[in-house]
Amino acid sequence: MDELKLYTYIAVFGSFAVYFGIAWWARAGSTSEFYVAGGGITPLQNGMAIGADWMSAASFISMAGMISFLGYGGSVFLMGWTGGYVLLAMLLAPYLRKHGKFTVPEFIYDRYYSKTARIVAVACLIIASLTYIIGQMKGVGVAFSRFLEVEYDNGLYIGMFVVWVYAVLGGMKGITYTQIAQYVVLIFAYTIPAVFISLQLTGNPIPQLGLGSTLADGSGIYLLDKLDMVVTDLGFKEYTTDNMGGSVNMFAYTLSLMIGTAGLPHVIMRFFTVPSVKAARQSAGYALVFIALLYTVAPAVGAMARLNLMNTIEPVAGQNLVYAERPQWFKDWEKTGLLKYEEKNGDGKIQYTADEATNEMIKVDRDIMVLANPAIANLPNWVIALVAAGGLAAALSTAAGLLLAISSSISHDLMKGILTPNLSEKNELLASRIVMTVAVMVAGWLGLNPPGFAAGTVALAFGLAASSIFPALMMGIFAKKMSGTAAVWGMCSGIGITMLYVFQHKGFMFIPGTSFLGDMGPNWFFGISPNAFGVVGAVVNFAVAFAALKVTGPAPAHIQQMVENFRTPHGGIAEAHDH
Amino acid sequence: MEDKQSYWSENLRLIFISLVIWFVVSFGFGLLLVEPLNEIRLGGYKLGFWFAQQGSIYTFVALVFWYTKKMNDLDKKYNVEES
Repeated sequence: MDELKLYTYIAVFGSFAVYFGIAWWARAGSTSEFYVAGGGITPLQNGMAIGADWMSAASFISMAGMISFLGYGGSVFLMGWTGGYVLLAMLLAPYLRKHGKFTVPEFIYDRYYSKTARIVAVACLIIASLTYIIGQMKGVGVAFSRFLEVEYDNGLYIGMFVVWVYAVLGGMKGITYTQIAQYVVLIFAYTIPAVFISLQLTGNPIPQLGLGSTLADGSGIYLLDKLDMVVTDLGFKEYTTDNMGGSVNMFAYTLSLMIGTAGLPHVIMRFFTVPSVKAARQSAGYALVFIALLYTVAPAVGAMARLNLMNTIEPVAGQNLVYAERPQWFKDWEKTGLLKYEEKNGDGKIQYTADEATNEMIKVDRDIMVLANPAIANLPNWVIALVAAGGLAAALSTAAGLLLAISSSISHDLMKGILTPNLSEKNELLASRIVMTVAVMVAGWLGLNPPGFAAGTVALAFGLAASSIFPALMMGIFAKKMSGTAAVWGMCSGIGITMLYVFQHKGFMFIPGTSFLGDMGPNWFFGISPNAFGVVGAVVNFAVAFAALKVTGPAPAHIQQMVENFRTPHGGIAEAHDH
Repeated sequence: MEDKQSYWSENLRLIFISLVIWFVVSFGFGLLLVEPLNEIRLGGYKLGFWFAQQGSIYTFVALVFWYTKKMNDLDKKYNVEES
């Protein structure tokens, strides 16, 4: 076994052993511990857990790669996925915590006194969470197959088993403490290679500053200026100004991601785990600090990886790398099919340009940038091993949070809340463990047989959260008179228009050939791409709900009283009414 | 009851101020005004680009902590803290 493989085994299985240990130590004994960790998590702990819960395989593996190729356009992900926490901290978290229930659909049921509303919320939650899980499971499979050379399928089974152990045993309590450990693993795995690379390229060890510094090669040129020059010479768009699909699209995309982030149930649910309203506000702040640590490093990783890639292929202007002399990492990634080379002009050298006729790098998958980055920069093997463990930590921690969101909405909202209200606490706990086991198997199955539309559905997850859950929660808190029927109308219209827009451009249920308007810029509403449409759905939701309110009349007095109650921190937790 | 009303309206005012800043640093400086701001440099960063990929995130963090502090003060002022 070579050195790299040995280090990777130690990093990956060492971190798994820690997660198992924590799971055994933090077993859940009651429904309250299972759903919300008994409400006893401190704000700092919760902030870290939210960080791990939120930062998925997409944030860890894909985001810097996307920024790498989108340049300035990649800012929508950076602002969108952090700005949502400002909305969460001010508009939702403290009030949901004050109300003091276990799940998001349960809050919607209490506030809108309607089983229909609860069922709509459960449906949105399950669709949004399941589509998210597919990506995590694929991330686990890819990390195993690339780094440990285990078959993709076997890697997935190992990942499913690990998540199953600590999620079923510990529920929210086990998941929370494991997520804290996973946050530590993933943040070190992300920042250490970045520090090394920043030091190599600019002499500044802090990546956020290195990105704005001059190159260490003595030329005195700023890194970003150099990158702009290199990419424009080859016919690509200028890195620092390339705006993805125009300003209107970037504006709508950013806003949709922000609102979607604030409306994702697996994140909101984490605010139920802290003991007080004050702690809920604080943990939003800590969460954002822990998330910002990775999100401000990511643009440096993206830009530096792009520059390193360009420099590897063309070390000196006009002198391209000879294909036969390509480095080992190049060969490794060619094996995975994520990197493809095709000789076109017969000179045996690699040409990488924006022009399809002469470009010989016919495939450079964005996802390889973070994973290959340490190897491209010739970093030591233990750093590469750490990246493997970090990628797995990011995928597993998010999968666990999503699984809990799904299982609690089924066992608590559908079973206990609607179908079998007489379920005892002991049986509910058993039911949630069984549901969780089934959910792990469904997620694993989806990871093994990813539906063809998997990539497109991420837009749907954010779209659903932005157009249904966020507006419903916000009106529930800020519009005291909003009635249940009006809110259900709003939610259904918001989801309806968002799904219609996504389907009409991407195909019904993402089946190719069934789109009736075509996925083309000119057909887009004001040039807004389907991924960026959630904000329009949210506006429709608000508009329809307020129009319907005129017809239905205001919510009953005791509901308005309940809203008054959760607007201030003091006093008892509101009693659920029994209709 | 009156106290509750003014507690709520002071809270709304804080949220409004925060969201104005939230909007200005991200959508304003990072997107709408990015071109004129890019004329100004911050080391190797063009300023508009910096707001879009760095500055807005730092401001978000500061905003959440500022709001939390202000709300804790407000809870004390109106005596509505949790027991």
